[in-house]
Amino acid sequence: MKRLTALLLAGSTALFSTTALAQNTHVRVAMQLEPPNLDPTAGAAQAIDSVVYSNIYEGLTRFMSDGSVVPGLAESWEISADGLTYTFRLHDGVTFHDGTTMDAEDVKFSLDRARAEDSANAQKALFTSIADVTVIDPLTVQITLSAPNGSLLFNLAWGDAVIVAPESIGQAATHPIGTGAFTFQTWVQGDRIEIARNPNYWGTPATLETATFRFISDPTAAFAAMMAEDVDVFVGFPAPENVPQFEADPRFQVLIGNTEGETILAMNNAQAPFDNPLVRQAVAHAINRQEIIDGAMFGMGTPIGTHFAPHNPDYVDLTGISAYDPDRSRALLAEAGFPDGFTTTLKLPPPSYARRGGEIIAAQLRAVGITAEIENQEWAQWLENTFRGHDFGLTIVSHTEPMDIGIYANPEYYFQYNNPDFQALMTTLTSTTDPAARSALLAQAQTIIAEDYVNAYLFELAVPTIARAGITGLWLNQPTAAIDLTAVTWP
Amino acid sequence: MIRYTIGRAISLCLSLIVASLVIFAVVEVVPGDPAAYMLGVNARPDTVAALRAELGLDVSLPQRYLAWTLGMVQGDFGTSYTYRTPIAQMIADRVAVSLPLALLALTLTIVIAFPAGIYAASRRGRLGDIGVMGATQLGIAVPNFWFAMILVLIFAIKLRWVSAGGFPGWDHGLLAGLKALILPAVALALPQAAILARVMRSSLLDMLGEDFIRTARAKGLSRRQALWRHAVRNALIPVLTIIGLQFSFLLAGGIVIEQVFFLPGLGRLIFQAISARDLIVVESVVMLLVALVILVNFTVDLAYAAVDPRLRTRS
Repeated sequence: MKRLTALLLAGSTALFSTTALAQNTHVRVAMQLEPPNLDPTAGAAQAIDSVVYSNIYEGLTRFMSDGSVVPGLAESWEISADGLTYTFRLHDGVTFHDGTTMDAEDVKFSLDRARAEDSANAQKALFTSIADVTVIDPLTVQITLSAPNGSLLFNLAWGDAVIVAPESIGQAATHPIGTGAFTFQTWVQGDRIEIARNPNYWGTPATLETATFRFISDPTAAFAAMMAEDVDVFVGFPAPENVPQFEADPRFQVLIGNTEGETILAMNNAQAPFDNPLVRQAVAHAINRQEIIDGAMFGMGTPIGTHFAPHNPDYVDLTGISAYDPDRSRALLAEAGFPDGFTTTLKLPPPSYARRGGEIIAAQLRAVGITAEIENQEWAQWLENTFRGHDFGLTIVSHTEPMDIGIYANPEYYFQYNNPDFQALMTTLTSTTDPAARSALLAQAQTIIAEDYVNAYLFELAVPTIARAGITGLWLNQPTAAIDLTAVTWP
Repeated sequence: MIRYTIGRAISLCLSLIVASLVIFAVVEVVPGDPAAYMLGVNARPDTVAALRAELGLDVSLPQRYLAWTLGMVQGDFGTSYTYRTPIAQMIADRVAVSLPLALLALTLTIVIAFPAGIYAASRRGRLGDIGVMGATQLGIAVPNFWFAMILVLIFAIKLRWVSAGGFPGWDHGLLAGLKALILPAVALALPQAAILARVMRSSLLDMLGEDFIRTARAKGLSRRQALWRHAVRNALIPVLTIIGLQFSFLLAGGIVIEQVFFLPGLGRLIFQAISARDLIVVESVVMLLVALVILVNFTVDLAYAAVDPRLRTRS
């Protein structure tokens, strides 16, 4: 009898301990847009990186949620004294999901493919400084640059620079094979993508066994899916007005993180009247940033005074240069020869920061005498007419690429800012590797564009993530588009 | 009859050719380049050109039109620009959601509309009639996406009977599939049922005024017997015409409902393809839907001719 009781006790303890240990090993993640394909090296859609970055594909280096760049497939590296040669030592024993070995040949293949003449890589500019990629031995690869490039390690962390295999790249659009902690399972187009833990992962294995990505673009449907607990995590929740409701509900947690999205009111610097710096300055002073953040983003977002992310250590707060001052704005317009204001166009792409923000901006401009005629455009139309065709006076867009102040050095870029001093500064920056010198140059660059009033700088876009209470390990910030599930646990 | 059929067949072919020309022209005229869309704002012009060549977008418009139509005649719809998968397979996957949804919605429409219409006609002018007419007025006035949101609020968020959207796939069983489609089907069906009930009622009332009903009553049938034996059958002819129209609407018109319930159907495919400028997908799906409607009309024409000899001689 005693033995039986002991047995029962032992049995029940075992039962209880298994319940206590039981974890949710499956998580359902929702995002707004479905990726068009799953090859991050052949498309700009952020939704591709959201699914595959770090989960399926890895690069030599990688981003962490705080924006730092840490080793990925490369265990360590050495940089030659002249800054022209990078020697990467690769992790040993890394295999692709199809069982083939990841070695220096794959690194050479991936980088050569990305920078090739006929490459379809959306961020080909990341690789322009690379002159040659040489395989030293299976675990050592050497990258030679044509000129020193202080941001090479940063560039290699992008989703567009992940390491792929020549054997499997042909099917990457529909069946991605990488080295990550998760393997691709199925994609029911229009509905969901499923991934599962990679049992042969070279690093720390994932805690989750499986995960499903779902695509819900309608804000009302997103709210309903979260409330009905049909999904566990929603990254980039599209209905900011409902966020307080989730904050008040103990079933959920709300993470509001920052992104690399400098949201700007871009001005056509090559076209009258915006070719006149006084007019641009007048527009900048007419904008009340906080009113836009509160009205269009429900309070989410950080005001910016230049084209730089406020969470970056090199950021300089220049919001004072373009402080809200409608009287100053009217005086500047009169000085520029527009005492009664003027009429221009305001082209708005689909995101709510542009559509909602555009209405508020049009009202603020009207208060100083500028009539902005709003035209709503789809992305494809915006890209063709506004971005490439330069057919606009004003437009609102969030520049989500990390560290993209270099776009101001390209006079062909859609807002057509042409300043040789700035262009020279950027050339110097690229060839500077000393961190202190780089910081000083970046501060100088931020100040030049703020003082030239190239665009009106509005705010840094925030990203709300709603998740079930108890889920840990999600990225708070989005230094690059990614829903990295490798560290996610749900006890 | 043979001459009539040949005539209709020629007109069918001409309609399809004209439709393909119009669809191609309209879709290609819309501003926006698929390659530029896929590569985004940082892409260099040479990269965009390389992708355009890869997608076959660098050839002339007439060549692309010919390649597209000749492919379709051979059953090859081409490959999606963005998804990089064969369009025929994509359409088949989406029809597996949209067709059952449309059929389910149509069944619900009929199940609701027939009894309601017949009941209202038999109670003409009385409280029951006024009640049904009021309800259908509301059903027509309220948009179906609003119905959808209310249904989700009640049955998915409050009661947790069904999920708020999505589709598990038919491989998870018939019941799971139907469970996912029931709310969208109800949301789609209610406004259609309201329309159909009104048509049923007025068509029945027209019949009730006809001579043959008076004869039937004179021969001793009760009002109810005359209604069921003679009026309902004859009243069905205009009702069936409306049902035919409603079916095409339900099949192609689920775009909004598919967005609200995030269902992977044809409507959502068209929606995504338009915003991504996946022109070949838009063209092929729209062409398929147009061809279906034209074919249905062709069949109806033949059926009319079989029933009504006057049509044959007139041609």
